[in-house]
Amino acid sequence: MTFGPFLLLALMEGLVTAAVLALAASGLSLVFGVMRVVNVAHGAFYMLGAVLAWAVAQHVPGPAAIAFAAAIIVAPLVVGALAAATDGLILKRLNYDPEATIVATIGLLYMIEQATLSLYGPNANPVQAPFEWRIQLPWFGYSGYKLFVVLAACVVLLTLWAFITRTKAGLIMRATQVDRTTARSFGINVDRVYMGTFALGAGLAALAGVLIVPIQQAHYLMGGDTLLLSFIVVIIGGLGSLRGTLIAAIVIGLCDGVISMFFAPTLAKILATLLVAMVLVFRPQGLFGARS
Amino acid sequence: MTRNTLLHPTRRNLLLTSGAGLLAAALPGHVGAQAAPIKIGFQLHRTGIGASYGRWYERTAQAAIKLINDGGGIGGRPVEILFEDDATDPKRGSEVVDKLTQSDGCDVVMGTLFSHVVIGSAPRAGELKVPYLVCSEGYHVASGMLNRWTLQPGITDVRSQIASMAPWVSANLGKKVTMIFPDFAFGHDHRDFFTAAMAAQGGEVIAQIAIPPTETSFTRYFPQIPAETEVLYHVMVGPAVLTFVKELGEFYGSGAKPPFFGFIDSLEAVDTATPGLEFLEGSYFWEGHNRVKPADAGEHEAAYRAAVGVDDNGASVSDTADVATYSHMFSTWETLFAIKAGMEASGYTGPTDRQKFVEAMEAMADLPYGIERPQGAKVFNGKTHQVFGTQNISQVQGGKLIRVHQTSMADGAYKDAVDYTTMSF
Repeated sequence: MTFGPFLLLALMEGLVTAAVLALAASGLSLVFGVMRVVNVAHGAFYMLGAVLAWAVAQHVPGPAAIAFAAAIIVAPLVVGALAAATDGLILKRLNYDPEATIVATIGLLYMIEQATLSLYGPNANPVQAPFEWRIQLPWFGYSGYKLFVVLAACVVLLTLWAFITRTKAGLIMRATQVDRTTARSFGINVDRVYMGTFALGAGLAALAGVLIVPIQQAHYLMGGDTLLLSFIVVIIGGLGSLRGTLIAAIVIGLCDGVISMFFAPTLAKILATLLVAMVLVFRPQGLFGARS
Repeated sequence: MTRNTLLHPTRRNLLLTSGAGLLAAALPGHVGAQAAPIKIGFQLHRTGIGASYGRWYERTAQAAIKLINDGGGIGGRPVEILFEDDATDPKRGSEVVDKLTQSDGCDVVMGTLFSHVVIGSAPRAGELKVPYLVCSEGYHVASGMLNRWTLQPGITDVRSQIASMAPWVSANLGKKVTMIFPDFAFGHDHRDFFTAAMAAQGGEVIAQIAIPPTETSFTRYFPQIPAETEVLYHVMVGPAVLTFVKELGEFYGSGAKPPFFGFIDSLEAVDTATPGLEFLEGSYFWEGHNRVKPADAGEHEAAYRAAVGVDDNGASVSDTADVATYSHMFSTWETLFAIKAGMEASGYTGPTDRQKFVEAMEAMADLPYGIERPQGAKVFNGKTHQVFGTQNISQVQGGKLIRVHQTSMADGAYKDAVDYTTMSF
């Protein structure tokens, strides 16, 4: 294959990675930004989204598009509800203590993974894409659904941005992020904001899981890679900065696409990890994070 | 007045009790020993990347144990099997061998599929001097890399499987091959031996594309496939196999594509009629044991399928979406029957006879077709501790794998690389 099409394919692959990563990482970033909780179970929520999408697809008859539409609504809601319950039952009782919540979410990660293994099984199960459309370029074919994923991620992220900057609920969230105590003294129910944020973060991860499952299959260990990459993105972008997260996701996604195709996928991972180390040494608050 | 005889024994009581105790101790030990079951430990991929294999290995092994026990057990003793999860992880694997041997007191330990786990566990089995019977396909047994305690009596190794494919591939599909394989021991066996076998047939491997075993996205590797490729040879393992095959289909799309020859590992536990796999129609696969029951299947095929709970299409009888790892799982069945034969031939009575058991296994040679070996007749090479059998090539026709060729044992023959019988125990 000549250089031009090769680069095109690399960029397309990179965009898909970036889109899914941006969704998953924005949830992680939001939770850390508002609640100061490092959610290690974030990858498990992503996996749950994918597994639930499979479960919904099994129970909704008719064309694949309808089952997928149902999954994209049901899975994030269920995962969000689970996250809200987790917040009320565990995180709140730990007073959102940073160390304790890390340990608690590690525990949660194992519980969710093992429960999925017991109930869903060890197999990787496919979910049919809502449409089977293949773009045939002169040099290679490409899945139309992958481009849909990029588009869908853009729409969701725009909606998220509008929600945070344009609505009252978003304002309350930002107020809580800036100063929890002052927010409380102004009559904001901080507990509810936390619960809502944790549910929203988990819901975003689940949504990313639903979007990816027609490309990859639903498997109980699929959250590991996403968790790692999300952390990389969030650290580079700056914990709690949504804008930084998005930019970092695009940079990491495209670099991953191009480097792994022209050189080796392992090199792409090495460089991403090296970048994290450099950011932590020279700019610990992240490229776009505010200095605390 | 009643007296508590336990606290205040009468002299008569005391005499009676001690007499009974003496009698029990003096009873010949072998009465108890004969009733005690033989314990076989099974290192199982219950979790981790090998989990879909583990589930079927457990079912197959249990079906074999049931058949063995129904037929009177091993040497008249019942057989018990203990499964222990190795998480498809080499470090955990060797701990499992340790636990099964030392804590659970198993007589022998069975090893599992993934080669890195077997390679990681075999040295510990050698240290513990416990027979370690593996079902991993890898060439590591016959290469001489492991030890005298490790044997592979249930499945042909990858080197022989691959060598037997090359003549057919070069004669029927093409001479210029591009290979895609996982980047660890099992994939390297494919890379090395298929490249050599093709060269021997006058063919050539023009590109070798190694993919890290934990990879989840594959499109990025496909541009490395040279345009002049005549045959695309693929073998992939792990939970992402379906993604791999689907993305391969998307990449070629409706454009021109070379014929595909794959190892069924790329689609083990996956339904060949899954949406998105239509492009596989007409492509070829190696199969150890045919998933779809061939029209001319042997007389024991139906009984074996019924015992392990698999229908004629290779799916579970209770859930047609639950596709078996049919091409590989027979190895656990055949290994258990090999253990039975070895123990009975050596007059095995307990762990002190482990060496005699290994020597009896080494003395085995012809293993005829039967319910003990539903995959087919085999020959065991006592020197290399490796068994050899026939292989199958199937074509996807109407979404189903239909057998089109069966190799002979000579196709997969190669020169011995080791003589374990000259090594010390």
